[in-house]
Amino acid sequence: MQKLINQSAILDNNWAFIESVESALPAGSIIIPASYWLENKASLASRTDIGIWLDSDAEIELYIKEIAELPLIAINFPAFANGRGYSLARLIKERTEFKGELRAIGDVLLDQLFFMKRCGFNTFLLKEGLSAEKALEYLETFADPYQLAYDKPSPLFRRKG
Amino acid sequence: MYKYDSYDQRIVDERVAQFKDQTERYLAGELSEEQFLPLRLQNGLYVQRYAPMLRVAVPYGLMSSVQLRKLAHIARTYDKGYVHISTRTNVQFNWPELPQVPAILAELASVQMHAIQTSGNCIRNTTTDQFAGVVPDELLDPRPYCEIIRQWSTFHPEFAFLPRKFKIAVNSHLKDDRAATLLHDIGLKIVLNEAGEIGFQVYVGGGLGRTPIVATLVKDFLEEKDLLTYLDAVLRVYNLNGRRDNKYKARIKILVKALGVESFAKLVDEEWQHLKDGPGTLTQEELDRIKGHFTAADYETLDNDTNLQQQLNENKAFSNWYNRNVNQHKIPGYAITTLTLKKLGTPPGDITDKQLDVAADLADRYSFSEIRSTHEQNLVLADVKQSELFSLWQEAKAAGFATPNLGLLTDMICCPGGDFCALANAKSIPVAEALQERFDNLDYLHDLGEIDLNISGCMNACGHHHIGHIGILGVDKKGAEFYQVSLGGHSGPEASIGKILGPSFARENMTDIIETILSVYVELRIEGERFIDTYRRVGQTPFKERAYAKAN
Repeated sequence: MQKLINQSAILDNNWAFIESVESALPAGSIIIPASYWLENKASLASRTDIGIWLDSDAEIELYIKEIAELPLIAINFPAFANGRGYSLARLIKERTEFKGELRAIGDVLLDQLFFMKRCGFNTFLLKEGLSAEKALEYLETFADPYQLAYDKPSPLFRRKG
Repeated sequence: MYKYDSYDQRIVDERVAQFKDQTERYLAGELSEEQFLPLRLQNGLYVQRYAPMLRVAVPYGLMSSVQLRKLAHIARTYDKGYVHISTRTNVQFNWPELPQVPAILAELASVQMHAIQTSGNCIRNTTTDQFAGVVPDELLDPRPYCEIIRQWSTFHPEFAFLPRKFKIAVNSHLKDDRAATLLHDIGLKIVLNEAGEIGFQVYVGGGLGRTPIVATLVKDFLEEKDLLTYLDAVLRVYNLNGRRDNKYKARIKILVKALGVESFAKLVDEEWQHLKDGPGTLTQEELDRIKGHFTAADYETLDNDTNLQQQLNENKAFSNWYNRNVNQHKIPGYAITTLTLKKLGTPPGDITDKQLDVAADLADRYSFSEIRSTHEQNLVLADVKQSELFSLWQEAKAAGFATPNLGLLTDMICCPGGDFCALANAKSIPVAEALQERFDNLDYLHDLGEIDLNISGCMNACGHHHIGHIGILGVDKKGAEFYQVSLGGHSGPEASIGKILGPSFARENMTDIIETILSVYVELRIEGERFIDTYRRVGQTPFKERAYAKAN
C-alpha cells in the first residue's frame, strides 16, 4: 500500500482516489478529476468531502477562481521528471484563496520531496514500495536554500538580515 | 572573485551528503537506473562510452590557483591525469569511477567548487565574457550578476525539472560579445538608461542544437533590482507552457516561436506583475555585497612598458604570440593573456594535471592567483604586467600553452565527440587533429586571419558548429561517419547561424574540403577582409561550386 506523509509524520490516507468518474460518486471522502468537478460544481456544492486532482498538464487558469472552499487538491506527477506540477503548486498556494491540503500524487519519489515541500505541498502520497520513515528524512535536505518559495517567503539574502 | 560565506559552504556540503546518499542507494539497487539518471545528471554525471563523465561547474569561468591545483589533484588521483575544458567553461573528468564520485565532490567542496546543475533539464552554469572586468570598452563588470543568478538558480525548487535544459549568458561589453549571448535561452545585455541607471536588455529563445535560433528582445530595459523576479517570471511561463511531449521541441526557443515573441513577452509581463517589487527584488545591500567580491585587483600604477616594444622587435616568435594571444587591458601597464589549449597532437581543450599545476603557478606569480576558462576552451591570465609578458611567454611555451593561434583556424572549438561521448554520431577529435596537422604553418594561419572553426560530433552541438564561420557536424550515414559543412555562422554581436554547404563528406576528404574553402576565400577576399566578411559579401555559391566541383 502506498504510504502518506505530511512534513513531519506518517498519516492514514482517508481519501479514496477516483481516477475517472464512471458511475455515481460514492459517499465518504473522495478525490475526483478536476475537470469533472468543474463541470458539475453546482450539483456537488452540498458535499464538503470532495477534493479534486489536477493532472500535470491542467489549465490552471480555469480553476484559480473556483477552488477557495475545497478541502483538498491533489497534483499528479505522471513522471517525476515532469516538473510542471511545481509551478501549479506555487500558483495554487500563493495566488488563490485555497486553504486546504495540497497533496502530491503519482511518481512521488524521495529526492523530489524537498522541492515539493518548498513549492507548497502539505502531503505526499509516496510511490508504491517507498518507506514512509525514510521519506521523512528527505524533507530537510538543505537547511537554508537561496530562493524564496512558498515555505520561505524571503530569499536568503533577506533572511540573513 | 566570489568567496563563499557559511551559507554557501553549507549548501555545497549538504549537496555532497545528498549525492553520497543517492549514489549509495543506486549502488544498493534502491534507486532504478531511470530514477538515478536525472539525479546524477543534475550533478554533471553522464554515463559515457567507457566510464561516467563528471562535469564540474566553473561559474562564469573563474577559478583560483587553489581550485586549479585541486582539479589537478583529482585528475591525478581519481582519473587518468587530464581534464577537458568544455564550451560552457566547465571542467570535465572523463574517467571517474561512480563509487568515487562522492569523494571527488567532497574534495571539490573543500575549495568552494561543485558539480551542481552542470547537466540535466535545469538551469545551467551562467557564462559571460572571459575578459570581464579587465577589458576596455566594458560598461561594467558582469560577473556579480552571474553570481547572483548562480545563487538564485542553485536548487531552485520550482525549476529543477524543466521541459529541457536552460542556459543564461550575460554580456556587458559595448562592442564585442565573447559569450555568444544571443545564442542562449536567456541572453542579458547590461545597459544604462537615459538617467544612467543600470539595467538589462533581456533576449529570450536563442540556442544551438537541432534548431539553431538567435534570441529575440523581449524587454528593452529591466531595472537591476528586478533581475530575479523577471527571471522567475520567464522560467515560470516556460515551465508551464514549454512542450514536454517532444524532447526536440522542448527548448524555450520553440515556445517563443510558437507563441510569437509579442504574445510570449505579454505572458511573461503578466506573470511578472505578480512578482515585481515583491521580496524577490534585489536589495541594494545584496547588490553591494556581491559586487564587493569583484573589486579591481591590487594594480600598481604603471606606464605602458617601453621594453616590451624592443622585446617584440627582437623576437619573432614572441611577437607572433603577443599579436595573437595578448589582449589590451583597461589598466595601463597590464595585459590580458590567453593560454591556448590547442596544440597539435592534443584534443582541443584538454589539459593534463601537470599543466594545471603549472597554470596555477603562473596564475600565482603573474596574475593575482586567478585564472579563467573560456567557451573557446582556452585559459586566460587576465592581469599580467606588460613587463612580465616575455618571461610568462617563455614559461607558457615550455608548458605547451603558447601556441600563437588564438582566434585563428587551428584555435578550434571541438566537443569530445565519438571518442568519448555516447551521444555522438561521429568522432570529432580526429577531424580536429587532421586539420591541425594540415594547417600547421603559422605564416599561412596568420595570413588567413581570424576564422572560427567549430566541430560537433552530433546535433546537440556542444562544439557550437552552427556559429563557426566554418562549422563541421558529424553525421551517421548508414553506420559510416560523415561530416556536414556549414559556412557563415558567427557568434559576435551580429550573431548568425551557418548555412549548410551541401551533402556531407567522408572523413578522409575533410581536410581537402576545408583547404578548398580557404583557398576560395583567399582568392576572393578584398584587402583586410576576414573570412566572415568575404563570405557575407560573396555568399555561399562560389564556395559551394568549388567544394563540389569534382563530383560534377
